[in-house]
Amino acid sequence: MNLLELSGMVKRFGGLSALTDVSLHIGRGEIYGLIGPNGAGKTTLFNVITGLYQPDSGEFNFNGKSYRSAKPHELAKAGIARTFQNIRLFENLTALENVMIGRHVRTRAGVIGSIMNSRATRLEEKACRDRAGELLQLVGLSRPHQTLARNLSYGEQRRLEIARALATEPLLLALDEPAAGMNPTETENLKSLLEGIRNSGITVLLIEHDVKLIMGLCDRVAVLDYGRKIAEGVPDEVRNDPAVISAYLGVDVE
Amino acid sequence: MEIFLQQIINGVVQGSVYALVALGYTMVYGILGLINFAHGEVVMMGAMISLSALTALIGMGLSPLLALPLSLVLAIAVCMLLGYGIERIAYRPLRHAPRLAPLITAIGVSIVLQNLAMMIWGRDYHSFPQLFVNQAHQMGGAIINDIQLFIVIAAVCVMAGLMFVVHRTRLGRAMRAVAENQHAAQLMGVNVNRVVSITFMIGSALAALAGMMVSANYGLAHYYMGFLLGLKAFTAAVLGGIGNLRGAMLGGLLLGLIESLGAGYIGDITGGFMGSQYQDVFAFMVLIAVLLFRPSGLLGERLAERA
Amino acid sequence: MPNAPDRVLFQRILFTAILLLLPFAVDALLGRGWLRIVDFAMLYIMLALGLNIVVGYAGLLDLGYIAFFAVGAYCYALADSPHLALAFPQLFPDGVHLSLLIVLPMAALLAGGMGVLLGAPTLKLRGDYLAIVTLGFGEIIRIFMNNLNAPVNLTNGPQGISRIDPISIAGVSFNATQRIFGITFPSVHLYFYLFLFFAMLVVFISRRLERSRIGRAWMAIREDEIAASAMGINTRNLKLLAFAMGAAFGGISGTLFAGFQGFVSPESFSLMESVMVLCMVVLGGMGHIYGVILGGLLLALMPEILRHSVVPLQQALFGKTIIDPESLRMLLFGIALILVMLYRPAGLWPSRVRRRELSTDEKTR
Repeated sequence: MNLLELSGMVKRFGGLSALTDVSLHIGRGEIYGLIGPNGAGKTTLFNVITGLYQPDSGEFNFNGKSYRSAKPHELAKAGIARTFQNIRLFENLTALENVMIGRHVRTRAGVIGSIMNSRATRLEEKACRDRAGELLQLVGLSRPHQTLARNLSYGEQRRLEIARALATEPLLLALDEPAAGMNPTETENLKSLLEGIRNSGITVLLIEHDVKLIMGLCDRVAVLDYGRKIAEGVPDEVRNDPAVISAYLGVDVE
Repeated sequence: MEIFLQQIINGVVQGSVYALVALGYTMVYGILGLINFAHGEVVMMGAMISLSALTALIGMGLSPLLALPLSLVLAIAVCMLLGYGIERIAYRPLRHAPRLAPLITAIGVSIVLQNLAMMIWGRDYHSFPQLFVNQAHQMGGAIINDIQLFIVIAAVCVMAGLMFVVHRTRLGRAMRAVAENQHAAQLMGVNVNRVVSITFMIGSALAALAGMMVSANYGLAHYYMGFLLGLKAFTAAVLGGIGNLRGAMLGGLLLGLIESLGAGYIGDITGGFMGSQYQDVFAFMVLIAVLLFRPSGLLGERLAERA
Repeated sequence: MPNAPDRVLFQRILFTAILLLLPFAVDALLGRGWLRIVDFAMLYIMLALGLNIVVGYAGLLDLGYIAFFAVGAYCYALADSPHLALAFPQLFPDGVHLSLLIVLPMAALLAGGMGVLLGAPTLKLRGDYLAIVTLGFGEIIRIFMNNLNAPVNLTNGPQGISRIDPISIAGVSFNATQRIFGITFPSVHLYFYLFLFFAMLVVFISRRLERSRIGRAWMAIREDEIAASAMGINTRNLKLLAFAMGAAFGGISGTLFAGFQGFVSPESFSLMESVMVLCMVVLGGMGHIYGVILGGLLLALMPEILRHSVVPLQQALFGKTIIDPESLRMLLFGIALILVMLYRPAGLWPSRVRRRELSTDEKTR
């Protein structure tokens, strides 16, 4: 059974149709790439999948359950975590706190427990802090964990966002242009990080402009153009698809 | 029916004043994203200055026809200076500070102005001198007097003028550019500081005019009058969609009408349980109701969530 | 050299001793009037800490916060004054006269409930729209207090409710001098300890929440609401929780206020009071408990200090009072607000994180 199944997704903004009848499915353990020219509707699709936008029509099944018109926090609980194209960290909080906030949905301490600082709360807090530290290690953030998120470099902020998303223990990790603004070395590190994440059993959905990264990393790729899915398949298929070449790759590939 | 018409007239008159003051809030908000909490006190200063000047000039034997415009000009000039000074001292140094810091300086400025006025003019109500016979006109059974007529006409003219400035002149274009994106405007050669200063001065001039109108209409001025008036006008600006000039005018007019009709009919609506003392409740209720259905006000832009 | 835990313990003991001796010191050095002012300052600190949860942690600009103070005050006023007996002789022939220990949790609950009720419709609003709506709610509540003397006399209108029973716990009245272990405690001293207890409680709860999962979620909402919800935070519930917690603290403070002052009227709950409490939070240092305490203390004391110094100063300078002391004092107060914000835009005592953030700002500029 597939982890994520979308069928007939439609999203309109006023008269503008941002998504038209988009259907796709992502299997467990896949790295699934989403490409397309600017304004093709990739981020809109992302926002629908993560509950930020409500689709106008269409079916949305995740992990065997239907999630039409679910709130973002409900989808996060269900196991979808994301990063943002234009990095949205909690800037004035420390790197560690950012990741600990990602643990919110997997921890339970309430008001009473927090005020009383009960044994359960203390244990949970320690586990949360430890786990956050591990995740910072995993994404390779070498700076002190007390650094404010806003003081990190661009690449570090991107990796911190991934750590924060991983902290929610997702089944599906959705990354919106994680390599944007990275240099080749950073991109290479990102690639091995994503492979590691996949090997730990997490499914990855990826929007990316870096064609090399997409082609080298993804099991399957879908191409969006003007809000429609114009192609889908393994990277080599897609690369040679005439519709794709005329819509997108034709201008980009040598 | 006559009562209804009378309430409409009163509402339009009051609404015109709200609209003028609301424009001051909305212009500053549009450009700096800041609630100029002290704006109501500028209105009060305008009222007190024009009233004092008028009394003095009449005392010197000047004809009312000359004294009236002179005192208005004086009030506008002082208020423009005041608006300029407030921005320079209390807001400009804090343009990049945490969001709430300028709100606190604004509150400080308004406390200072209020108490300055109390020192100068005392705690008493000052009455507006009777210059002309304030003629009342019959309008379908309701009454509108000269002063009210003047208020509505002047407000309409001034607002038309403002719209012209903002949409048809170089200055207006610069203002809109700064409102859209301060940084980009600066890169395009707009002198942002100058535009902000001018915006404050225009807003303060409108406030001075509104202050004189209010004191003429009610025949009274008081050091504390700015507070409630400012609050109402700010409400009007939010009602219309803050940052939007047409919204401020619409909001002002609507708030005036709502208050006036609310005060007239609230007793009937609630079966006598609530009287006209609940006029303000009514205004705020409408505001809250509007914001619940249109969170950015009536004419405010709907900012889609950008993710 | 003592090791760290010992030093912390020593500091705590010293701090407690200073606080416990404070009323006697103030009484001896400045007089009992000043101790009364300090008592009021404690109530304001509680208010400011309550608002700090809403504004400082969750980032929700609330301009009607004083309404919850009013709810608490009227709760106690109605429960412990002859008003109900006079207004509804059939229903309450002997009045109600509940113990503080019953009224206090009731008032906290009621105020918290009101916080949720007034907060719920504002959840979608942002920044300044939220400010104006909360301001509207605050004014609505005040207008109702002013006018609910007819047709049913619930609040006694603008005259307010007077002859409120002084606070007494377990038969010990706080309005009389008490001798405990041979030490004489005048009434204002007793109230000081009572308010100190509750203020410490509020500080304790704030601190624990700040460093918990709940506090982190609030700050996430303050920083970026969309990212917070994408991380699985139920922003609606947590915002309502912030409103409720803040309001409950306001309600507790209001209850104590009514018992201490013995009289409540709508005048004490005007918009200017909400603004004052907000000033305490921002001026002290938003989101930083000790900063907020400092802000509350300063803003509660400063008008009083000015009140006591303006007249003698004028006398000394000019030989007579030239300027109305009341307006001069407020004028100076306004100037002080402006100056503090101009020179310390993040507040007098910002949290360490905020300080760091500001210093990096300067470097990059």
